[in-house]
Amino acid sequence: MERQIKMCSLRPGERAEVVSVEAEARMQRRFLDLGLAEGTEIECVGRSPAGDPSAYLIRGAVIAIRASDAAGVAVRVREGGKWA
Amino acid sequence: MGLTSSSTGAGAALSSLARGEGPLVALAGNPNVGKSTLFNSLTGMRQHTGNWAGKTVVCAGGKCRDGLTALVDLPGTYSLMARSAEEEAARDFICFGEPDTVVVVCDATCLERGMNLVLQTVETGARVVVSVNLMDEAERKGISIDLPLLSERLGLPVVGTAANKKRGRAELLEAIAAGGSSGGMRVRYPDAVEKAAARVEAVLEKRVNGRMDARWLALRLLDPDPSLTASAERFLGFSFFADEKLRTTLAEARLGLLREGLDPARLREAVVSAILAAADGVCAGAVSFKKERGSALDRRLDHLFTGKLTAYPLMLLLLAGILWLTVTGANYPSELLVKGFERLERLLDSALSGAPWWLRGALVDGVFRVVAWVVSVMLPPMAIFFPLFTILEDAGYLPRAAYVLDAPFRRCRACGKQALTMCMGFGCNAAGVVGCRIIDSPRERLLAMLTNSFVPCNGRFPTLIAMITMFCAAGRAASAASALMLTGVMVLGVAATFAATKLLSATVLRGTPSSFTLELPPYRVPQFGRVIVRSVLDRTVFVLGRSVAAAAPAGLIIWLAANVTLGGETVLTHCARFLDPAARLMGLDGVILLAFILGLPANEIVLPIAVMAYTSQGSLFGLGGLAELRSLLAAQGWTWTTAVSVMLFSLMHWPCATTLLTLRRESGSPGMTALAAALPTVFGAAACILFNLAVRLLG
Ligand SMILES: Nc1nc2c(ncn2[C@@H]2O[C@H](COP(=O)(O)OP(=O)(O)OP(=O)(O)O)[C@@H](O)[C@H]2O)c(=O)[nH]1
Ligand SMILES: [Mg+2]
Repeated sequence: MERQIKMCSLRPGERAEVVSVEAEARMQRRFLDLGLAEGTEIECVGRSPAGDPSAYLIRGAVIAIRASDAAGVAVRVREGGKWA
Repeated sequence: MGLTSSSTGAGAALSSLARGEGPLVALAGNPNVGKSTLFNSLTGMRQHTGNWAGKTVVCAGGKCRDGLTALVDLPGTYSLMARSAEEEAARDFICFGEPDTVVVVCDATCLERGMNLVLQTVETGARVVVSVNLMDEAERKGISIDLPLLSERLGLPVVGTAANKKRGRAELLEAIAAGGSSGGMRVRYPDAVEKAAARVEAVLEKRVNGRMDARWLALRLLDPDPSLTASAERFLGFSFFADEKLRTTLAEARLGLLREGLDPARLREAVVSAILAAADGVCAGAVSFKKERGSALDRRLDHLFTGKLTAYPLMLLLLAGILWLTVTGANYPSELLVKGFERLERLLDSALSGAPWWLRGALVDGVFRVVAWVVSVMLPPMAIFFPLFTILEDAGYLPRAAYVLDAPFRRCRACGKQALTMCMGFGCNAAGVVGCRIIDSPRERLLAMLTNSFVPCNGRFPTLIAMITMFCAAGRAASAASALMLTGVMVLGVAATFAATKLLSATVLRGTPSSFTLELPPYRVPQFGRVIVRSVLDRTVFVLGRSVAAAAPAGLIIWLAANVTLGGETVLTHCARFLDPAARLMGLDGVILLAFILGLPANEIVLPIAVMAYTSQGSLFGLGGLAELRSLLAAQGWTWTTAVSVMLFSLMHWPCATTLLTLRRESGSPGMTALAAALPTVFGAAACILFNLAVRLLG
């Protein structure tokens, strides 16, 4: 089973595949520079104490992104993707 | 974080990077991949390194060990289509600095991202060498990399390195000497993009005349970035817009792209996706993972340092711990130094016994005393705090602090990276202001620059510690109590930073927070030995240099003011009396306020100047340590409220001259610089007045 959600709705420990990246031009560039593109596998690895930003594992690097910025990224969650 | 002349002064300019007789080689790469560490290893120099993205914000130059090659350490950049000031600096050097060879340093643990920059650099026509750094870390993480295969696919020399262990250094030097290759793999874009680029390239070819890669420039002009265009025009010496033929060709090419459905956003995506796909293709099969990607230990540490319940307590605990070590550790060397200087003073005195009284007075009571005070009382805490903080930085804690503190900064409509520049401010406000280059949005960058001096820099620590030790903390657990109080002062500084940031973004710097990403690098075992030796030595040399440059003349001025009389009273008395009413309102006295004003060149000379001024007014005072000082100040009418007022004003008043000059340079605006001086001063004065009012009402 798969479901499509916004990247910012990923819970810590959940993995997903990027479906599309929509952001204002500069942020879109930055996302692409970080390797956050269609098809990339990502994992939410944590939330800051205030609940925002969250940290994501993207191609071997951990990047913190605010919810408002991550909202433009649509991802597909694979079931059974729990982080052990 | 760094407080040396190279990070705050004129050394920050690119001017020192003039090409020598040998080749010019640039070290480029993503942030935090070890460029500066590699630079140090290749040159034997001591460029600051730190475990977070954005440590280096200005280009630095040095001579390679071969004595011939000029090496340039660039700020980190994710791509050549830059966003922030420090990335622009890196891009401009790679594209327009005409380096003979560009060494692109990659992180072996996230190689695809590095390849992205390698491929972009190849496109500029540069001669490239690839250094796959952090090989040791990759091995530990079960990542193995087939370097020969990478080299074959890229068509470039590829060297595996571990910069902090000298591994691969000889091979890299060899590859650099061989000059790299300009025949690297070129990315192929979708046909529509290639066709449009070819049209523009044909026009550009003659105009560029081999000075840069016409295809690369054509691709950039199809989706123009104002700052890149400006740099390219400056480099080539003609305006793209004024060129009729070029303008029409560009318009036609863009129209062609639009017809294929490639509006600017889609075009950008198509271009970057093609590079990304090529980077993936290069790595596929050449990089293999024996373990799950990402480090479980790092995640567990993150759970602790950024967890909901543990993040803030641990942050305070770390701060208090460091401050406790600083307070405790500074006592002993300070006492030793005081003794040494007392002996030196006696020697000087007897050596000058035949000299006229004014010469002896100016030299010994003026210059020598102030310098001795700075060195013996102010220097030890500075020399201890700095390496401790650097160890935290090296371990990778600072970005976690920024991550945890992002929410409050967001509420102040500022950038979370401001937490990083604020942390740098603890070391040196001038370095913190320069560090603000990592913030992309000009508005948020100004917010960070204007509020940086709200956290006490290293130079203000000793004053705070002295006040606390003398007037607030006593008894058996004195140093623990001091550390706790000092932590309170730091927290107050951070709170004031938030308040000032919020105030600014509601008034002169209105706007909405812009987007940003923050890297949380792997935790690393700090290089204890190197950090301690280096930062203690660097710090000592720097403060010594500055104390001679700033404290000595200030001591002389005070001595003169105390000994030149006008209308029966000394100049010092006149000045102090003039300042007294304002000072009294804040719980200070004229002499202290005068010391703050004369302390403009460097904060660590404020207290020594005040002491000097008091003693020159007739009180008898040997060099002595804090105990003697306490009785001297008490005799001048100081109480704990005076001490607290001094702390408040020390925490919040105008930044030092170095910081002001840096602010002027970085903001380019005298108005903003004035605001940066006025803002903390108003805050500090208000805090002092309110505090004294409260004490009077309650007491
Ligand atoms: N284990 C290991 N650590 C390294 C290696 N190279 C660098 N480091 C560490 O990685 C961190 C970053 O190093 P820097 O040299 O400051 O990185 P940089 O690329 O200059 O970073 P920016 O200036 O921020 O772009 C530091 O903590 C170094 O000690 C390496 O080969 N192996
Ligand atoms: Mg660096």
